[in-house]
Amino acid sequence: MAEVELKNIHKVFGRIKPVHVIRDVSLLIQDGDFVVFVGPSGCGKSTLLRMIAGLEDITQGDLFIGGQHVNDQTPSKRGIGMVFQSYALYPHMSVYENMAFGLKLAKGSKETIDQKVRQTASTLQLDGLMERKPKELSGGQRQRVAIGRAITREPKVFLFDEPLSNLDAALRVQMRMEIAKLHQRLGSTMIYVTHDQVEAMTLADKIVVLQAGKVEQFGAPLELYQQPSNQFVAGFIGSPKMNFLRGILEQTGPNSKVRLVNGIVLEAAVDTSKASTGDSITLGVRPEHLSLQAAGNLSGEILLSEHLGNEALVHIDWYSGEESLIVRIEGAGKVQGRGNCQVDIPADQCHLFDAQGNAFPRTATLD
Amino acid sequence: MPQTTPNSSENSVPIPLPSQDSMLQRERVRSAWLFLLPMLIVLAGVAGWPLLKTIWFGFTDARLDNLSGANFIGFQNYLEWVDYGEGDGEYFGLLADSEWWYAFRNTIYFSVVSVTMETILGTIVALVLNSSFKGRGFIRAAVLVPWAIPTIVSAKMWAWMMNDQFGILNDIGMTIGLLSEPIAWTASPDTAMLAVLIVDVWKTTPFMALLILAGLQMVPADIYEVAKLDGVNPIKVFFRVTLPLIKQALAVAVIFRALDALRVFDLIYVLTPGNSQTRTMSVIAQENLFQFDKFAYGSAASTLLFLVIAGITILYIKLAKLDFEGGK
Amino acid sequence: MNLLKQTAFYALVLVIAVFALFPFYYAILTSFKSGTDIFIVDYLPRVFSLANYTQVLTTGTFLQNLLNSVFTSTIVVVISLFLGVTAAYSLARIQFRGRRLLLLTILSVSMFPQIAVLAGLFEMVRWFGLYNSLWSLVLAYMIFTLPFTVWVLTAFMRDLPIEVEEAAIVDGASSWVIISKVFLPLMWPALVTTGLLAFIAAWNEFLFALTFISSNNVRTVPVAIALLSGATEHEIPWGSIMAASVIVTIPLVVLVLIFQRKIVSGLTAGAVKG
Repeated sequence: MAEVELKNIHKVFGRIKPVHVIRDVSLLIQDGDFVVFVGPSGCGKSTLLRMIAGLEDITQGDLFIGGQHVNDQTPSKRGIGMVFQSYALYPHMSVYENMAFGLKLAKGSKETIDQKVRQTASTLQLDGLMERKPKELSGGQRQRVAIGRAITREPKVFLFDEPLSNLDAALRVQMRMEIAKLHQRLGSTMIYVTHDQVEAMTLADKIVVLQAGKVEQFGAPLELYQQPSNQFVAGFIGSPKMNFLRGILEQTGPNSKVRLVNGIVLEAAVDTSKASTGDSITLGVRPEHLSLQAAGNLSGEILLSEHLGNEALVHIDWYSGEESLIVRIEGAGKVQGRGNCQVDIPADQCHLFDAQGNAFPRTATLD
Repeated sequence: MPQTTPNSSENSVPIPLPSQDSMLQRERVRSAWLFLLPMLIVLAGVAGWPLLKTIWFGFTDARLDNLSGANFIGFQNYLEWVDYGEGDGEYFGLLADSEWWYAFRNTIYFSVVSVTMETILGTIVALVLNSSFKGRGFIRAAVLVPWAIPTIVSAKMWAWMMNDQFGILNDIGMTIGLLSEPIAWTASPDTAMLAVLIVDVWKTTPFMALLILAGLQMVPADIYEVAKLDGVNPIKVFFRVTLPLIKQALAVAVIFRALDALRVFDLIYVLTPGNSQTRTMSVIAQENLFQFDKFAYGSAASTLLFLVIAGITILYIKLAKLDFEGGK
Repeated sequence: MNLLKQTAFYALVLVIAVFALFPFYYAILTSFKSGTDIFIVDYLPRVFSLANYTQVLTTGTFLQNLLNSVFTSTIVVVISLFLGVTAAYSLARIQFRGRRLLLLTILSVSMFPQIAVLAGLFEMVRWFGLYNSLWSLVLAYMIFTLPFTVWVLTAFMRDLPIEVEEAAIVDGASSWVIISKVFLPLMWPALVTTGLLAFIAAWNEFLFALTFISSNNVRTVPVAIALLSGATEHEIPWGSIMAASVIVTIPLVVLVLIFQRKIVSGLTAGAVKG
């Protein structure tokens, strides 16, 4: 059993001028899940990972790995394996020695060590490179050695600290696939830190969105996409970012009406029974759910179109002083720049957020 | 329904401060001290204890043949008033010893002049080494040679060159007409200090040059290029641009040199032995300790020297606001 | 204009080179002169004789003195490096209260005037029965080799990548394993540099060597050279002195030239970065 549980975890740096970087985080990570910690720079995701690893002290709260309370245990005794952003291979040791180091320290027999190392090496296709030193390897090879070093110790939980950040775009996509395959094959619990929400969405069974040391939302990727619990998560997940339009609540109930700042009233399949008319509200809708029609419910002027080949992103000015609306259009069809247009905003694709940014429950049937 | 934590306001959770470090951290600190212990014990034994002992001896009447039987006599080695009766008396002790004050003067004079000369010449050499020219590697190696030679050997080499009868220095001087008769460089009271300074400058300028060069090399090359583009006079460039940037390196180099200069012994002892013009505080202390059978007096002199150096160091650090931690 | 500047520059370079090398050159020159040739001033080599060298190496205790110096300096270096590496790990990698004060204290020890500890050390040496033994010097030299070694090695260790250390911790390495199996191999250059500088400092030391050793055959090289005396009281054997000087200096100069870069980086790591 390798479930990881965090109970009311806090982290404070510094004595004289304390900085509260992790605030009351509680999470239950199921055995075998691939969980991604994601968030903007400085949100504390790496710190949280390092606390699970044992490289940072836990100021307050409890950490359980496989049911055992591990706050005071050294990293190697916690049953974790870690892959670092900069690979952190031992520069003076060969690939073989890098992967065997942990096993040697655990005092295994020479035969067992050799067998485990060679087995791991062949799974990761490192067979011909065993005698090489890290500086003779490419970035992708080094990353695989780093992963191999973690695997040989057969940990209960794998920790990845932004392992793909140092690779170029093409390599990143390839390694992403390899990590996904690794998880399928080993079935171990994996905790993965990244700032890239695409990596998060593609690799994760569950995602933890962090901001300023707090968990904003914890759930499956699709959940976060379709039912973000607040404006931060809504804006963080999904690219290009969700559009936010400000307005006032005109009609509450299981189906709501919002009067935008430009006077237009839009319908939204969102339940606002707990709010009152006149409340400040933000309407959110993703660019991929908008379309340009001959007749739509919002008009504006096209500022700029970005053509990416497979799609086009159209930036529309709908009200002066407000951020422009982005509409995503499939296909390579040209959109004539400059000129008025009409945008269709379907009610069942709208999200509504209150003045504090919390989301109201959606009533639309979600696919 | 997804697990969520609502967006609460900033400071709703109070900052918890642990009363002590976690067990992991405490273990690390414990092992840190364990690793430090052997080195600290040796250092305490070789530096701390002997220093205290020396200070102690300064307050006693210890003699070389009877160190353990030393008796405490207070400040008598430093200053005591001996009454001859009838209102007549005299001050005795280090602080009333004109030889001590002469040595004090010599030491300060030597330190100030040597450090100044070495800094100026060292900067010049560093500037030369900082520019690229054919043969730079050879010059850098050549400049290192004086530093590599043991002090004693340097002293002997120069003593030979400064020999009054057969020395090459006198030969050159007489040949080019600078001297009318050979000078006893190391023996004559007029030139002894000069001789010592020459050798010290010769020997130590490379060290200063190296430290200053390191500081110079940390100055980004673009700055010089901008100055060149702007057509600024190179001398102005040096004083307005380079100098402020290497101030820290200079300050460190100067204090290291100054401390070495204040405690100079080897050079004086070998080049100009017994010469009152070059006798420094270290020399006086050593003479009293082991040559004049005034062990306690010599210990007092050693202690005073230590205080002088400590005082100057603290003053310097405070004034120059040096930062010695160098980050985490 | 440029030509004038260039000539002036190269003239300066020439002056520096001559000034730096001439005394050494002249010492070598003198060492190859024997007998009455010494009393004639020459600027260029005129005669060649190995008499001085044979004299220095066969009579007296010079050869023994050389061995004494090698022995003492080597042992001092080994002990200092060992103590220094372990101390440097604590100071460079582990956060603890009082670390800064400790670093400053260690640095301040290197500023002690040797004289200040001479009296106390003398008593200690006698008490341990080490008077007139080379071990007294091994003990005494710690006072300047340890602070320097610790200081420079700490600076080097601080620069080692922390993630490699963390990977070792995750792999289950204790602090000692980290030092010996992970850091030490990476610190080779620093150890060579520091060792070399410590060796040179120990080799050159004069005051303690003068005070703690009384027999000629136990003496180290600097004191031996300083005390080289001739047949009569007033005759100074300049030829022998120069020969001895050259013998002692050539290996040092060669070492320094070979390890130039390392030495410079070692000195500056200690001083400038410090």
